[in-house]
Amino acid sequence: MPALDYFRKERLPHIWCPGCGHGAITGALVRAIEKLRIDKNKVVIVSGIGCSSRAVGYLDFDTLHTAHGRALAYATGIKLSRPELHVIVMTGDGDCTAIGGNHFIHAARRNIGITTIIMNNEIYGMTSGQYSPMTPKGMLGTTAPYGNLERPFDLCKLAIASGATYVARGTAYHVPLTIDIIEKALLNPGFSVVEAISGCPTYFGRKNKIGGAVEMLDWIKDSTINVKAAAVLPPEKVAGKVLIGELHSAPEAEYAALYMELIGRVQRRYDDYIGEVRECASNSD
Amino acid sequence: MPEIKNTSRKIVKLMQGNEACTIGALAAGLDFYAGYPITPSTEIAEICAEELPKVGGRFIQMEDEIGSIAAIIGASLTGRKTMTATSGPGFSLMQELIGYAALCEIPIVIVNVMRVGPSTGMPTSTAQGDVMQARWGTHGDHPIIALAPGNVRECFDLTLRAFDLAEKYRVPVIVLTDEVIGHMREKVELPEPRSIHPLKRKAPSSRAGYKPYAADPEGGVPLMAPFGEGYRWHVTGLYHDESGFPTQKPAVADTLIRRLQKKVDLNVDDICEYASESLDDCEVAVVSFGSSAMSALSAVRRARTEGIKAGFLRLKTLWPFPEKVVASLGSHAKRVIVAEMNLGQVALEVERIIGTTSGGRSKVERLGKVNGELFHPEEVFNAIRGNT
Repeated sequence: MPALDYFRKERLPHIWCPGCGHGAITGALVRAIEKLRIDKNKVVIVSGIGCSSRAVGYLDFDTLHTAHGRALAYATGIKLSRPELHVIVMTGDGDCTAIGGNHFIHAARRNIGITTIIMNNEIYGMTSGQYSPMTPKGMLGTTAPYGNLERPFDLCKLAIASGATYVARGTAYHVPLTIDIIEKALLNPGFSVVEAISGCPTYFGRKNKIGGAVEMLDWIKDSTINVKAAAVLPPEKVAGKVLIGELHSAPEAEYAALYMELIGRVQRRYDDYIGEVRECASNSD
Repeated sequence: MPEIKNTSRKIVKLMQGNEACTIGALAAGLDFYAGYPITPSTEIAEICAEELPKVGGRFIQMEDEIGSIAAIIGASLTGRKTMTATSGPGFSLMQELIGYAALCEIPIVIVNVMRVGPSTGMPTSTAQGDVMQARWGTHGDHPIIALAPGNVRECFDLTLRAFDLAEKYRVPVIVLTDEVIGHMREKVELPEPRSIHPLKRKAPSSRAGYKPYAADPEGGVPLMAPFGEGYRWHVTGLYHDESGFPTQKPAVADTLIRRLQKKVDLNVDDICEYASESLDDCEVAVVSFGSSAMSALSAVRRARTEGIKAGFLRLKTLWPFPEKVVASLGSHAKRVIVAEMNLGQVALEVERIIGTTSGGRSKVERLGKVNGELFHPEEVFNAIRGNT
């Protein structure tokens, strides 16, 4: 099936600015789904609020555009309710790591089977350029007019420390790599995290005088290095670069599957039941 | 926990209000619960954690109350009957997503076992201070239904009914109990399980041309498709048109918000319930709800034995507000006393209605209590006698 067939074509064109990296990342997701031949009817994509979260409106699946920061909590309800569905969350750096940070670490801790794609443009784009928890130190934002004093998260390290069982980083520049890691993320039964570095030429690039769309992509290319290449390079060549590629893969029992096992252990067979009123240990009297 | 399925026997038991709420929810078909621990509601989560997996349902303890309501909204979209339970601080946290459920028309039930507030208050003494928050806690105009059980048996009945109303109107339904009702134990006779017929969600008949937010000609409520069944529809907290996709058109926005409100406004008679005693000839009426109403009823009965023409009205539905029955008080009662454990939240509504309908013949008196204690019947009796 051509990639465009996974889009609601009548909803296009999208609202993203020229040069935005979100389209490349959304395209990477669709291509990964296509490569895995996942049934369109068994995919639910959930998003929060922000530029990234508008992606779901263009995609031809059951889609849920929720409230700011809460996509993972909604997705948790869906996955636990219907473990057989592929549940994917599309979120941004502000949505996922600031207002939604608590849901992120707890979804990772539970290892619930959700694939989370964080489109990291290092800025709040929808509200026009405030600094986020992923804005590098010293960079400018409309609320960091003298340079950002705060240290950013290393989101992948946070995900690993919180218990995510597949963690990788791609970018809007390295599209084949990003398709590949999203595919692997979708295959991991537990909680998977793909941080996809996106470029925001409109607010981040302009404010920081990086330039337009092409310069943003160059900036992404120059500031990253593949984890496999980094492993064989001397430390001075790696210093200051952001690692991309597969950073962590350690599959473990998935939460909804564990819950289904629990049900299997304790579920009573009502259909066969015609006896007396049964009572259990939580009886209040 | 008594069994609630496949038995023809009635259940007679000593049970707590929170337990009765949970059994009512299970009788309604609850099969997904998400919650966060908070006194005085926690028993509901504890029973759900134990019972739901036995019936193939799901329980999850989320990281906070926002996550809890988000999870039940998500699960409801897959076709499940969902509930969360909380108290004041948690209810405050849930407000944004109550609005989400109202706008996106996702059936959910929230039990709020009220405790004193604002803030952490005096844990966990009783109060009824969340009446207005239940109605207006989230931003923007929106429909809401709130029910207030007045005893343990009614915790069962009204939680069961909350699910039916949530499904019928696709409106979030709040069951407002309080610490006294939630923790009080009474002997309760529950209805025969086979006599209970919970409402099933009306599903669309075909995928082709499915318009998720087009009002169904029968009942005016759109038909809801479950996620994962090939409808591939879109849900958003943005104002949307009948297709479910965002709109910026003022006319479409206006139509949407008015249609949502009308789901409740046009069905007030179906939704509103109350209980009353000795209203026909009363000169002093006492309006109350929840645990306060137990003290109020006791006081009204005593007043009658002492020759005072007192009457009693207990609101089982708080939102939509039962305007008709309250307006009827103004035709004969010279005084209407509103007894509630807050500083006049229901009284505000009663004053508005009596003020506009009684032509000044009837006077509304606020009897509020905010010290964390339940009314003593004597307090209400003194108010009836007019020597507070």
